This record gives sequence, C-alpha cells and structure tokens, in this order.
Amino acid sequence: MIRLEGVTRRYSSRAGDRVALDNVDLEIGRGEIFGVVGRSGAGKSTLIRTINRLETPDGGRVIVDGEDITALDAKGLLKARRRIGMIFQHFNLLNSKTIEANVAFPLMLEGRPKAEITARVAELLAQLGLAEHAKKYPRQLSGGQKQRVGIARALACGPQVLLCDEATSALDPETTEDILNLLDQLNRELGLTIVMITHQMEVVRRVCDRVAVLKDGKVVETGRTADVFLNPAHPVTQAMLAEDDDGFDAAMAPVGGQMARLTFRGASTYEPELSRIARETGVDYSILSGRISRIRGEPCGQLLVVFTGGDATVAMARLTENGVAVEAIQKEAR
Amino acid sequence: MFDNVNWLEVGKAGIDTLLMLAGSLTLTVAIGIPLGVLLFLSGKGKLAANPVVNAVLSFVVNVLRSLPFIILLIVMLPLTMLLVGTSLGVLGAIPPLVVGTAPFYARLVENALREVDHGVVEATQAMGGSTFQIVMRALLPEALPGIIAGATVSAIALVGYTAMAGVVGAGGLGDLAVRFGYQRFQTDVMFVTVVLLLVLVQILQMLGDWLVARVSHR
Ligand SMILES: Nc1ncnc2c1ncn2[C@@H]1O[C@H](COP(=O)(O)OP(=O)(O)OP(=O)(O)O)[C@@H](O)[C@H]1O
Ligand SMILES: [Mg+2]
Repeated sequence: MIRLEGVTRRYSSRAGDRVALDNVDLEIGRGEIFGVVGRSGAGKSTLIRTINRLETPDGGRVIVDGEDITALDAKGLLKARRRIGMIFQHFNLLNSKTIEANVAFPLMLEGRPKAEITARVAELLAQLGLAEHAKKYPRQLSGGQKQRVGIARALACGPQVLLCDEATSALDPETTEDILNLLDQLNRELGLTIVMITHQMEVVRRVCDRVAVLKDGKVVETGRTADVFLNPAHPVTQAMLAEDDDGFDAAMAPVGGQMARLTFRGASTYEPELSRIARETGVDYSILSGRISRIRGEPCGQLLVVFTGGDATVAMARLTENGVAVEAIQKEAR
Repeated sequence: MFDNVNWLEVGKAGIDTLLMLAGSLTLTVAIGIPLGVLLFLSGKGKLAANPVVNAVLSFVVNVLRSLPFIILLIVMLPLTMLLVGTSLGVLGAIPPLVVGTAPFYARLVENALREVDHGVVEATQAMGGSTFQIVMRALLPEALPGIIAGATVSAIALVGYTAMAGVVGAGGLGDLAVRFGYQRFQTDVMFVTVVLLLVLVQILQMLGDWLVARVSHR
C-alpha cells in the first residue's frame, strides 16, 4: 500500500547539514497498522510527512497505492492528499469553526455539493459519537474529543490511508486507550491502512501489526511487533523497551544460580508450564522480573527467572520442548 | 457657554470627519489585507517564500511607516491631485490617509497571520488545500480577531490623521479645532471638537472590541 524506496531528506542550516532521513526503505501492507518508533529527533515526523509530501524528499520515491507521490505535479499532489488522511498530536483543528464545519472542511476544499457535505458530516459525527457537539467550537471540547474530531475530519474524504503523527501523545492514558480502540476499529471495519508515529512503546504494543525502529534517520529494525518486542535486536530498541519496562538490570540480581529469560507466546502463555516442569525436574525458580501481556492481541509473556537446585539445563531443555523460548543468561562477574 | 460654537458648522465638520474615516478605512482595509497576506506568504519558510518580493514589500512598507504623516501629506500633494483631482476637502484627504495607514495596517495583518498556529496550515495542506484555499479558508478566518483588532487600531490612528489633514484643507473636526479653537482662541469650540473626537474614538474602540469578541472562539 505504501512503499518508501531509498527516501532521503537533508536539512541544511548554518550549523551544517543534517540527514533527517537516510536512505529509508519501507513497505507497509494494505490494511496494516504500522508503527514507527524512535527517539526524539530520529526522523519520525519527517518520515511520515514524506508520505503525503508535506516534506519533499531529496532522494528516493514514495509510492502510495501504486502512485508515485514524489513524481506528482502540484495539482496531482492535492488530489492524492485527499486520499491520505492525517491526524496530529495537537489536533490542528480550526478554532474559528464549529465541529461540524471542521469536519466539513476537507469536503468543502474539495468542492463537494452542499447537500452531500451535510449528509456526510452528519454520518461521520454520528459514527464517531460527536453528534451532540456539532455546533460547539473546538475550545469547548476535551483533548480526546478534539482528536475524535480530527479523525472524523481525516476520514471525511474516504481515505485509504491514515497518518498519525504522535496522535495520542497529548492525551492521558485512558483517553489514549479510547483513541487506540477507535483506530483499531476503523482499521478493521474500513480496512484502513494506518501509519502511527509514536515514542510510546505501549501504543505500538497495543495496536501495531508491525513496527519499524528509526535511529538517526535510518531504519535499524523492523518486523512483526511481537517479534521485535520480545526479541529486540538493536540496542536502541532494547533500551526503549527497557525504559518502558522500568528497566530491570539482571546483573544487579543478588542471587546465584542459572539465570534465564523465558518467552511464552500464544495460548500457552496461560499454561502452568513453568511450575509443572519445575516440579518434574526438581528445580526451584525465582522470578526476577516479568510481564504477561498482549502484543497486538496475541498473548505473550516474558519472565526473567533464576533456577536454583536440581538440574537447570534439563529444566530449560524441557521448557524448550514445550514451546517456551529459553535464553540462558550468563551473569557477568562484576 | 459655547457662545462661539456654530453647531451647523460642527455638524458639517463631524460628517466630513466621518466621511474621511469611512473612505480611508475602507481603502486601508482593502489594500492592507492583501498586502499583509503577501508580506506573510513571502516571508522566510512560509507558503510562498520569496526573499526578493518580501524585501521589496517590506522596504516600501517601512519607508511609508517611517514618514511622519504631516510630511506625507505634503509629499503626496501632486499624487493626490493626479488621483482624485483635488488636494482639498474630504476627497483630497483620502489618498494621504490611505497611504499613511495601509502599510501600518498591513503589518498588523501580517502579525495576526503569524499568530495562527502553523499546525492549522499544515492540516489544511494535508487535506489537499491549495495555497489560495489555505489563505482564504483557513488563515484569514483563523486570524480574523487579530485582523479586526488591527482595523480598530488603524481606525483610531486615522481619526488622529484626519485632524492633521484638516490643517492642509481637508476640513473636518480637526480643521475646526485648529482654525477656531487654536487660532482664534475659541476655547469652547476646541472643547466641543475634542469631546466629539474622544467620543468617536471610544465608539470605534468599543465597536472593535465587540466585533473581536464575537468572532473569537479560541
Ligand atoms: N524544518 C527543519 N529544519 C531543519 N532541521 C529539521 C527540520 N525539521 C526537522 N529537522 C531535523 O531533522 C531531524 C529529524 O526531525 P523529526 O522532527 O523528524 O524528528 P522526530 O523523530 O519526529 O522527533 P520528535 O520525537 O522530537 O518529534 C532532527 O534532527 C531535526 O532537528
Ligand atoms: Mg516528531
């Protein structure tokens, strides 16, 4: 649905040149929710903005639904943008217009007939639970409601793609959850392809099918969210996940024995594998840290345990046989 | 009390002042808004960034703004003759009033446009809005409170300028104040004109504030 080929973007300033995007290749499938994470300044916003060419790349191509966005002339670009919705961290609603006028805005820009606009706006407001706010102004709404208006506006022209630049970063956790549920629902019901830029790992964990990690304008890691989050390969990914997980440092554990990271996925996450195998092999275990959760709906868990007594090697082999990914960790001498 | 005051004269002068104000304010707004939009759009990093256009416009605006109005009145005489055929009366006053105020107002409009959150421009672009649509449908409506507030400030400046224009034969309340109040020491005439000008300024300010409040939804 969206393909970036060798996309590069440089900024030059008096302080020197800066490569915001460095030869980025990315393929985002139709109907996918795709996350892009990275630290501040990694180039996330620049990346998402090349997709509707708010930012024109210096090199490379961006193809959306088979159309080369980078090659379009001015008029073609305006048309293409109508098929790509976008929502923003600070909503960017027009304060001078009512909610219904905000939602009608893109349709009006497109020059649709008045009757059609009225009908479409009513439909969108109802669909997003905003009907009672139609005549209000943005300042009368809460952050979550404003983002709903932003979403309604982005959907008005019936786009196939929705770009979200830190769409939940200005919202509290509960409202974030609400907006994420909404995006998830739109993805399922409309088959909408969604690209989400965020620095909130939790957001990715919750809704993204796949994720790319950006560092200094380069994609350093990409894959299915569960794969990347359970086995992060790049130090940046590991660090960002560790921060999200309040960063347990294995080296600090005040216990001897064999340390191991156990990764459970799918339905077996909820099975009592660990205690059963411990009982059978006579090992004891203590859990140093862990998390059982869902990544994009898939149950998964990761435990850091230390085995004492009995034969840890046998226990780990048994766990592996039973579909638990086991990674033995050598405790570093300090 | 008010022995020297010829109320008919005062009434005529008042109407002249209002006519000068209405005419010059209309033209100031008509010229100042497009000029302010151009100043804004041609600015660095803006929608139609153009350093040359911006520098030229900026220079002209600054020159006109730095000229004291009384000098502008005199310098403008030949041009005024050319434009409206007379340098006297209400008609003769309007060109210098507009030239003196429109650049000032254009700056106020430019500032009002700068106050608009860039995110709104970006969102409109993302929705496929053309530059023209961004200006007409997003920027100007969003900046409307500032644009009206600027028009109020300009209108009040214009009231002061009309009094000065009175000195070179434009008529109006300022002319009355100078000719009778000042030159003939008729304090009562001075008093009446000053009070009327004061009332006019108050009304303009209140009207402006009321309009701004009506269109503000921030
Ligand atoms: N208009 C610009 N002019 C110059 N440099 C820019 C501009 N926009 C972005 N940059 C630079 O490009 C790099 C990437 O910026 P970008 O906004 O894409 O980062 P980001 O990942 O979105 O960061 P954040 O999480 O802080 O929003 C940064 O180093 C930034 O300083
Ligand atoms: Mg950003």
